[in-house]
Amino acid sequence: MKTAGRMNRRQSTLIFLVCAAGVLAVVMIMGIALEDAALETDFSRTNLAPCPEYLFGTDWMGRDMFVRTLAGLSLSIRIGILTAAVSAVMALLLGTAAAMLGSRADAVISWVIDLVMGIPHILLVMLISIACGRGFAGVVAGVSLSHWPSLARVIRGEVLQLKQAPYILAAEKLGASRIANVRRHMIPHLLPQFLTGTILLFPHAILHEASVTFLGFGLSSEQPAIGVILSESMQYLTTGRWWLALFPGLCLVAVVILFALLGERARMLLDPSSVHE
Amino acid sequence: MKHRLQFAAKKLLRMALLLLGVSLVSFLLMCASPLDPLQTNVGQVALGSMSQEQVAQLEAYWGVDTPPVQRYVGWLLGVLHGDLGSSLLYRQPVLAIIGQRLAGSVLLLLTAWIISGILGMTLGVIAGACRGQWPDKLIRGYCLLISSTPAFWLAILLLLIFAVWLGWLPVGLSVPIGMDAASVTLTDRLSHAVLPALTLSITGVANIALHTREKMVDVMESDYVLFAKARGESMRSIVLRHGLRNVLLPGITLQFASISEIIGGSVLVEQVFSYPGLGQAAVTAGLGSDLPLLLGITVITSAIVFGGNLIADLLYGVVDPKIRRRAAKG
Amino acid sequence: MKPILEIEHLSIYFTQYDRGIRKRQLPVIRDLSLKICPGQVTAVVGASGSGKSLLAHAILGILPYNSHMDGVIRYDGEELTGKRAEQLRGREISLIPQGVNYLDPLMKVGAQIRKGRKGGGIREKCRQALKRYGLGEETEEMFPFELSGGMARRVLIASAVTESPRLIIADEPTPGLDVKAASRILGHFRELADAGAGMLFITHDLELALTIADRVAVFYAGETIEEAAAADFQEARGLRHPFTKALWNAMPEHGFIPLKGAQPYPGTVRKGCPFAEQCDRRRPDCKEAEEVPLRELRGGRVRCLHPEAAE
Repeated sequence: MKTAGRMNRRQSTLIFLVCAAGVLAVVMIMGIALEDAALETDFSRTNLAPCPEYLFGTDWMGRDMFVRTLAGLSLSIRIGILTAAVSAVMALLLGTAAAMLGSRADAVISWVIDLVMGIPHILLVMLISIACGRGFAGVVAGVSLSHWPSLARVIRGEVLQLKQAPYILAAEKLGASRIANVRRHMIPHLLPQFLTGTILLFPHAILHEASVTFLGFGLSSEQPAIGVILSESMQYLTTGRWWLALFPGLCLVAVVILFALLGERARMLLDPSSVHE
Repeated sequence: MKHRLQFAAKKLLRMALLLLGVSLVSFLLMCASPLDPLQTNVGQVALGSMSQEQVAQLEAYWGVDTPPVQRYVGWLLGVLHGDLGSSLLYRQPVLAIIGQRLAGSVLLLLTAWIISGILGMTLGVIAGACRGQWPDKLIRGYCLLISSTPAFWLAILLLLIFAVWLGWLPVGLSVPIGMDAASVTLTDRLSHAVLPALTLSITGVANIALHTREKMVDVMESDYVLFAKARGESMRSIVLRHGLRNVLLPGITLQFASISEIIGGSVLVEQVFSYPGLGQAAVTAGLGSDLPLLLGITVITSAIVFGGNLIADLLYGVVDPKIRRRAAKG
Repeated sequence: MKPILEIEHLSIYFTQYDRGIRKRQLPVIRDLSLKICPGQVTAVVGASGSGKSLLAHAILGILPYNSHMDGVIRYDGEELTGKRAEQLRGREISLIPQGVNYLDPLMKVGAQIRKGRKGGGIREKCRQALKRYGLGEETEEMFPFELSGGMARRVLIASAVTESPRLIIADEPTPGLDVKAASRILGHFRELADAGAGMLFITHDLELALTIADRVAVFYAGETIEEAAAADFQEARGLRHPFTKALWNAMPEHGFIPLKGAQPYPGTVRKGCPFAEQCDRRRPDCKEAEEVPLRELRGGRVRCLHPEAAE
């Protein structure tokens, strides 16, 4: 009854997942290794257009844009992982708390969610970053403290639904302990949702990190962050140095797309309702 | 009718409470900042060369010496009288600045809001109706690409193409530099708004299209569409008569919820195009530790966002036949 | 009489993923054959969730995208291709679905029955169809959520018969209705058949089916295991398959004897007769046979290696 021959959709998805994660890991590690090289200035090679030696060209201080881009991406990925992880844990805690600790806790947490979602995202990240004195701490705090509400809402809804699910009520009646219930019935159901939700936080986190840094509220200008690179490139656009903006931006888009696809595909594999596709 | 009014009053009260919360949270965040407004704006060297009195005067001006509680209460009392305080950087009432800036931004925001709404809805319906076929793949690909692209970089890209390479449109600012405000023509204004509005519209489409698509897929898999097919209705009729109708209702919520995103995008896009709107003022205020201005902008934009949600809720009641019929009876 | 619809060796499969990354074809309906004549009600009886609805969807050409079918369906002597089904559905072939879910929740009833067409007396036709089932003009202006269960069923029937179809498929049209309302609905079906339409009545309720059917086909695990005239159900000995007999015995007036065990899901039995596990007359070869063919017996058909002998 099995269809043999060509790879089916799930197999190719699995291979894609592994490859994408591999590419991201390689970029991250190379970026760390190249961090010093990214800051290296050489005034004998300033303002070079892209060429075989300097794939992405060089800037007005003779810094190799390819190396700078890699270092920036690596920084973005690391900040993305850190902030998405913090956000996801907050979402998990607050979402389950809202669903499990009774109506008063629910009202308070839901109110806070509404409040956080009412401030335009980028403004909130700016405000939190200012509160932390900008810089690395500012960006990390800003992005992690502003991205949890939507996932928290999802988790709250799921837990509320699970609490009322007939099979769980039945298990309770049959004398299953609360902990056993949570472990056997709730976690297996919540985990896929939580994992894919977390992966899907990465793209947002990375984009907001870059945006806030671009505006000047994030990483300091000494660091080879993509936001810094692009913000600096603005001064040279009218003089025709397009490569300063084009390649770093393209690479950022590529990394974010990889993360987004990673999340989407992971959801496809984990979501039980996708068995028919 | 009475129900509707009660509903609206409840929502308004909740909105006022949320706004109070927003102002308190923003205020606390700004107060907690270790950044010294004097050093940021006056500079270390200048401060060093000043007399004790001058520094004290400056500190009083920037409100550094007033305890936070007193400042917040003072601000709140002012708000009750319709006074949001004065901007420290611009030396003008916050409300006046927000008014000017909003007038500049409103063109951008409104165009982007309408275009992204209509386009997003259309693309979402098409993708959902053609699920799995090439139009769906194309639209999903576009959405993935756009939602993975930072708005500010897209702005830079458009600036490079249309302003620098092709030279069709001006590089930035809402009016040509050095021109008297009175002699600025409408075409000037419009040509400076084209690129920012375009950027915002392009980015806004993705989210709306994706959500509309999800909803459309659900509709197409519903029993009533199955029955419509069984009754011999054509694909066209199903999409236009049943699809649109059922997608429109959640679409209202979606469209009003997108306000927040568009305002957020305008902060970045205005910065790239040096467009003197509300978003740019927010960045300036943030970088210059201009507490009253940033606070004012945050509260006003949140009010717009909450107001949008409120309108969506009320509109829902007008459009949804279940609520409408109940209201007509009760 | 020339049948209006003939189904021969129809199988419907779903493509599905097992645990992890294995892909497989899940047969939901296997080797189904059926004839429907004008003026007759043919009932298809099977347990809930046994894929009966898919039979209706296959005839109408509206199977879901992740399924495919084998076999032949002939309408009026000619093969019913996807294209032909598209032209005929809603006109010559119509469906009466289960309940109010099948109406667009945001559209008024009248507009749904008229299918967005204007002119050509469609307004009048719609009004007449509603009137025929005791529904006034005001029904046209109602939204589905304003209809009661019985009203909704009548609206669905009215919507199916506005165009005087020659083949009507009713898919579980009575659950949730009380006995009186249900028998009224069934009465309407009988009328439609008596007026010359072929009627396919899909249900899980044998007792209900027997009140109006001329012929009955019994479904088990996605297969037709018996096809017989309704008259054969008068007495147990008229029946051919042990499962049909068990169903008959389970009817209240025949002793209410329940059948032990559960029906296997379609596609889970890979070898032998799918009923073997529950069968009280099982013999060794029942579980070994590669295939159990459908064969003619006493004016009906049965899929059993050792059918009940007429006593």
